[in-house]
Amino acid sequence: MLQIKRYVRATSLAEAYELNRKKSNCILGGGVWLRLSNRRIDTAIDLSDLGLDQIEESEGEFSIGCMATIRQIERHEGLNAYTSGAVRDAVQDIVGVQLRNMATVGGSLFGRFGFSDLLTVFCALDSYVELYQGGIISLREFANKPYDRDILVRLIVKKTPLACAFACVRNTRTDFSVLNCAVSVQGNRALAVVGARPMKAACYEGELDESFPERVASSLSFGSNLRGSEAYRRKLCAVLVRRALEKAGGKR
Amino acid sequence: MTVTIFLNGNKITEDVSPDETLLSFVRSHGCKSVKCGCETTNCGLCTVFLEDTPVLSCALLAVRADQKKVTTLEGLPKEAEEFGSFLADQGAEQCGFCNPGLIMNAIALFRENPHPSDEEIKRYLAGNLCRCSGYEGQMRAIKEFVRWRDSNEQRQ
Ligand SMILES: Cc1cc2nc3c(=O)[nH]c(=O)nc-3n(C[C@H](O)[C@H](O)[C@H](O)COP(=O)(O)OP(=O)(O)OC[C@H]3O[C@@H](n4cnc5c(N)ncnc54)[C@H](O)[C@@H]3O)c2cc1C
Ligand code: FES
Ligand code: FES
Repeated sequence: MLQIKRYVRATSLAEAYELNRKKSNCILGGGVWLRLSNRRIDTAIDLSDLGLDQIEESEGEFSIGCMATIRQIERHEGLNAYTSGAVRDAVQDIVGVQLRNMATVGGSLFGRFGFSDLLTVFCALDSYVELYQGGIISLREFANKPYDRDILVRLIVKKTPLACAFACVRNTRTDFSVLNCAVSVQGNRALAVVGARPMKAACYEGELDESFPERVASSLSFGSNLRGSEAYRRKLCAVLVRRALEKAGGKR
Repeated sequence: MTVTIFLNGNKITEDVSPDETLLSFVRSHGCKSVKCGCETTNCGLCTVFLEDTPVLSCALLAVRADQKKVTTLEGLPKEAEEFGSFLADQGAEQCGFCNPGLIMNAIALFRENPHPSDEEIKRYLAGNLCRCSGYEGQMRAIKEFVRWRDSNEQRQ
């Protein structure tokens, strides 16, 4: 059971960062994942008062505050127009509307969960995270960074011209993906990001030709768990990459 | 710490522990329609509105509802009874345990999207599990309710 001794609404990121340096303290995103843990937290640090729950769109990028919810990105017209619905496709089966009204983009990305559909879709885009101490780094670099005590302030998605799509397989509609995949295509180059392997999202980039889906499947590593075996996931991978490429606008 | 929560229109100021859930808070104030089913954010039984947005009270800390409006089924008697009678007519309540959470989320759906398609209904209510009904009766009830509401509105 989650136990919390003290709750603080941070009045600045500097205050939140100072508090979070202590190992027994913890940033609260939506708190949905944390709630399932068996932790004892000295101080839970709430970022709700810092105005970080908005999605801002400018000519060149989307800036998504860490406290924006998954439901906000699911419903954001600009983001879904730019990604041809790939962001919506990635998140719309995450449990239910009520959970998506609570779980945050910051908590989802900071967690770098193996099952994450968000990490997969945003890694396929030209995405960056702004960290309070670490500055702006690409999301793909962040995905492989060790956990530290920094704060993910916002996600930045550049409007780089590309075609993208998301595909996944779930045993039941609201379960974790057995495997998920997002692709983005620029000219004759494609990037495939595959998550829920069941390890976290991994990328493969290469020339887009007939063999691309099979090349992705043979290059990445997969594992087995209750939802599927390694061999099944490898087979699925080529199928999902092909489906996503078709959705992204071109049979390959 | 001390919080002030506007529960179904009543202002409640009280000391809560930092790890108390909103579920336990609303139940301790008599809102027994809000049930604890799974406690792992999977079943939707504990659905309440936080400032008119449906959320899972089993995963929300009561301290986060400070200065906010919280609504449970007890705060929406007319809407709940109207739609609930369609669930009963369609045999969509067997043990009835899931109904308060389902009714809350269905009300949220009707407010957000007054004319949902079958697919939109399924998707919106995917986080409301029912162990008894098989969901067919709930689907019929929602469609009948929308028809009835529309014809009522036309008459007025
Ligand atoms: C039952 C269930 C099913 C789910 N199914 C899926 C699914 O199918 N697909 C999917 O992609 N996701 C799924 N999720 C995960 C969910 O979408 C969120 O990613 C998850 O709840 C974390 O988001 P949160 O806001 O609740 O984070 P929290 O629980 O608040 O935080 C998670 C971690 O991140 C840290 N943190 C939070 N915000 C920040 C920040 N801004 N900076 C630094 N650290 C931070 C916290 O300290 C904590 O360690 C599921 C979750 C649950 C509970
Ligand atoms: S009790 Fe909250 S979702 Fe099941
Ligand atoms: S009627 Fe029994 S759980 Fe739904």
